[in-house]
Amino acid sequence: MSATDSERSVRGALREMVTDSDLRMIAVTIAAVYVLLVGVAFYFDPDQAVNLSATYIQSVTIFIGGYAMLTLALNLHWGYTGLFNIGVAGFMGVGVYAMAVLTAPVNPATAGATPGFGLPLWAGLIGAAAAASVVGLLTALPALRLRADYLAIVTVALSEIIRLLLNSQALSEVTVFGATFGTGGASGINYAGPSPIIAGTLFDTLAGPVTGALLAVGVDPRTWGIRPSNFEGMIYGVVLLVATAGFYWLLFRTGNSPFGRVLKAIREDELVARSLGKDTRMFKIKAFMVGCALMGLAGALWFGRGGFTSPTQFRPNITFFVFIALIIGGAGSNTGSVIGGAVFAGFLFYLPQQLGTVIPQALPQGAGAGDIAAAVAALGGGDVLPLVGYTVSNISRLRFVAIGVILVWLIQRRPDGLLGHRTEPASSIDINQRPGTGGTDGRPAAADGGEERE
Amino acid sequence: MSEPDSDAGPVEENIPEDVDAPDIEEAEAQDSDVEEAAKHVPSSIPLRVRDLRKTFGGITAVDSASFEVEEGTITGLIGPNGAGKSTTFNLITGVYSPTSGSVTFQGQDITGLQPEKIANRGLVRTFQIARELEEMTVLENMLLAPRGQRGERLITSVLPGLRSGVDDQERELLERAWDTLELFEIDHLAREDAGGLSGGQRKLLELARALMTEPEMLLLDEPFAGVNPTLEEKLLDRIHALREQGYTFLLVEHDIDLIMDNCERVIVMHQGSVLAEGPPEEIRDNDEVIDAYLGEEI
Amino acid sequence: MGATETYSRGVRFAVERPGTVILAVAMALLSLDLLMKLLGMELFFLGVKLLGGSIGTDAFGTVLLDGLTVGVSVGLAGIGLSMTYSILSFANFAHGDTLTAGAFMGWVVAFGLAGLLGATGDVTPGTLVLLEATPEIGIIRTPLIVVVGMVAAGVAAVGLSLLLDRIVYRPLRSADGISLLIASIGVALALRYLIAFVFQTSSKSVTSTPLQVTLLGQISMSGNQFFLLVVGAGLMLGVHVLLQYTKLGKAMRAMADNQDLARVTGIPTERIVRLTWIIGGGLTGVAGFLIGLERGVVIFNFGWLLLLLIFAAVILGGIGSIYGAMVGGIVVGVVQAMSQIWIPSELTRAAAFVVLIVVLLVKPDGIFGGVTTA
Repeated sequence: MSATDSERSVRGALREMVTDSDLRMIAVTIAAVYVLLVGVAFYFDPDQAVNLSATYIQSVTIFIGGYAMLTLALNLHWGYTGLFNIGVAGFMGVGVYAMAVLTAPVNPATAGATPGFGLPLWAGLIGAAAAASVVGLLTALPALRLRADYLAIVTVALSEIIRLLLNSQALSEVTVFGATFGTGGASGINYAGPSPIIAGTLFDTLAGPVTGALLAVGVDPRTWGIRPSNFEGMIYGVVLLVATAGFYWLLFRTGNSPFGRVLKAIREDELVARSLGKDTRMFKIKAFMVGCALMGLAGALWFGRGGFTSPTQFRPNITFFVFIALIIGGAGSNTGSVIGGAVFAGFLFYLPQQLGTVIPQALPQGAGAGDIAAAVAALGGGDVLPLVGYTVSNISRLRFVAIGVILVWLIQRRPDGLLGHRTEPASSIDINQRPGTGGTDGRPAAADGGEERE
Repeated sequence: MSEPDSDAGPVEENIPEDVDAPDIEEAEAQDSDVEEAAKHVPSSIPLRVRDLRKTFGGITAVDSASFEVEEGTITGLIGPNGAGKSTTFNLITGVYSPTSGSVTFQGQDITGLQPEKIANRGLVRTFQIARELEEMTVLENMLLAPRGQRGERLITSVLPGLRSGVDDQERELLERAWDTLELFEIDHLAREDAGGLSGGQRKLLELARALMTEPEMLLLDEPFAGVNPTLEEKLLDRIHALREQGYTFLLVEHDIDLIMDNCERVIVMHQGSVLAEGPPEEIRDNDEVIDAYLGEEI
Repeated sequence: MGATETYSRGVRFAVERPGTVILAVAMALLSLDLLMKLLGMELFFLGVKLLGGSIGTDAFGTVLLDGLTVGVSVGLAGIGLSMTYSILSFANFAHGDTLTAGAFMGWVVAFGLAGLLGATGDVTPGTLVLLEATPEIGIIRTPLIVVVGMVAAGVAAVGLSLLLDRIVYRPLRSADGISLLIASIGVALALRYLIAFVFQTSSKSVTSTPLQVTLLGQISMSGNQFFLLVVGAGLMLGVHVLLQYTKLGKAMRAMADNQDLARVTGIPTERIVRLTWIIGGGLTGVAGFLIGLERGVVIFNFGWLLLLLIFAAVILGGIGSIYGAMVGGIVVGVVQAMSQIWIPSELTRAAAFVVLIVVLLVKPDGIFGGVTTA
């Protein structure tokens, strides 16, 4: 499979990030989610379909971005290094709260609101990553030598301790060296969120010029019936996808490298790595810190986007969802992580939720009313509708049952998930080519290979 | 298969092969422990083990074992089952920490250091049950081994400017890996997952990988266990060739004939301590050694 | 010289094991502080209160009792988790939801029985089955209903555990512990939200205002709480008798003691597996029912919320040790309750988790781990 010289330079550039086929896989998955949602919008609510589609698309994109970023971070911990970290929610919480505390106004307008340091957004985001990685370091130092299931218990216990501390009255407001700040306890903190700042600003600046440009070609976006908030949401969705791409780039370079090689070795057999002279403890700590920093940042960009956060957002469930996304996509594969995140967020999490809203509206009045006992009783009389109505109204609950069942099925039948069987070569260059020889002999380079230079 | 050098005692580069050098050996054996300890460890003795002791709960697995391995030799470590060979191995390489005693490598005390520190000083071991990293390819296994890789520092691998330096080193290492694989005649398996290799091929990979670390001394833990005769020959060829190049080997093995035929010196352990040390023909005639083995299954 | 030698040995110990020393000192200080608080004494130094204060014996007694109550329930539930961990070699994250499921089933039966006996007046069966109405149930008012419900909870939990083993865990018998752990997370999720699907997520009141009992003319508690303590202690005693005096118990102890034997023989026999689920599941279901009885409410995720505490108990006591689970449970419950004396009550759970983490880091074997008891 030889490429012509002119193609090589372009290909080389593309290969640096993501190869065609990987990008295509991700794009197709996301597109499928979009298509399905738009279909639902048009089928169930033809009048409002355009705006509803827009709402769906911007919402799901934000979910996809958030889950993809977290799954990528968890892939570094679990897929690459074999660190069974189920404290993801805790590290997210640290990130969001760090940003909140740093960016909350020094003199809040509302009485009784928790003040902060009033720093700009970029400081908040850096603080989010830094704080989460410091907590990661403190966790890693004593805990990384534990075997996997003990590490799991430690991380989930830690995650809960973090949440309980964030929720406590004691830390809701403190004054240190004249600066007053705090966690806000159960009431949370209000601050200037990334979405209003980034997407809001972009929308405000671009709305005018873009509308003008579109009008010039005879298209009037104002007649589409899409609310401005949806445009802002879509812009932020794009922001998150860009952030996801950034995470991917970072993790690609981390994994496809000598560093990543040692991580993979640690996952498989740490003693071998040590017997070859690798200080595995340092590698694990670094990988853990980077992963936690990413979790903190993802948390800040996703859960913290609106400008309000509270401890209830950080229960362990979110950790398990990220794990499921990782297993679906295939632990060990970065592309798999993104796809797993998209599949989970789009098909398993968001879609059923929306169906649970639109389908009951389409059913006859009162079909879903009543409890399940009444619905089952109605079955006896041959009336299926109450049960159907009940089921659909409670689809939010059923989706988790389905997710649990899917997880068990995956572990039993396809523990590698979608892409886990693919080996991403742990080197910064394409090692399947013998240096000095021209073409490939034997198996062609794996999809995520590095660039080739002469 | 006999090695013509084995009758000549410890091999030293400047002594012609047909000169027997029993005096040197006698002199060493007569030094008292105090004098030994007081002497600076000569560089021709890269590995020295002194009064090594290891107890696990109530069991003393290694009981005051002392021996030396001389540079550029192939030394064999044998003994009946339960003699403490594996434990000694693990004590030297840092997998276990000794209860008492010392291990000195190239004049430096390495007693109780972590395995990675010991390996980094050039004392590299292989494993008895070949521990291939099964989900990584043969090439990846090979590339894992070398020391001092720039790309193992996270920053260097990630930052755009520095990554090209990593690429350059990767290419060098890749070249060396291919050459080494060719030497061991397993280059055709380079892109295979290590998990798909046969037992014998894994042994070859284990040794090839250890070589990639550019070691000063190699500790081989039963490298011939379960290996067919052809492969055994190949492995032995490699080991002798490497010895010619100056590598030092300490082999633990159960196959006594193999050790007798290939090693310049043999150390026999029994019940946790060193029973006898010396060239193979001495060991062969040593009554205590024979008794020890007769009492056990060989 | 005896004294100097002891001194230097002591110093060496302190340097080698600083963690243990700090822990011991901390415990000594806390115990001293507690004693002084009970006696109403205080210790000042340079105008700063160092130790002591005051706690009424009544208040302390309540705290202790509440801790014991939580401890007994957690200990009871922990036995099953400990057994699963050692015999099936995985951390069962679905254990809490099994507790919830058993409890719900038990209460459905209890309500149903109450309805049959006419104790609920004019309520539809549907409402009863979904625990929507609140009949006047309590151990003193309606002992039969409570006991039947309790047994039903145990039986239901056993059935559920065996079913789950059949469809989820048996196909994975040869898989590693982490795969089983992940599978159990899936089971936990599915179970919890199945319950939420049927029963909704609001809290269900299951007893009416409980009648009080008074022990020794001094200690007053609700009849339901008393029942929990009695049954809990009784079941633990029963397990002890089982382990020490029956053939089955001896076999179980041998199995637990001889981890190497277990490892050599590989996969445990299906009979042992079944027994693990039966005994563990039964105790767990009963524990869940009793917790609901004592608290007066059940909610779809109350077992899940207890899971980490149960893990704490099991790990503290030593995985695989049944006695360890019992003792660990009581210790965790009491420590959590008593920590209220020193830290804000909203943080007592966090304190229990800190203890869990410390135990895992310092002595993962727990109290009884590595010791030859079941």
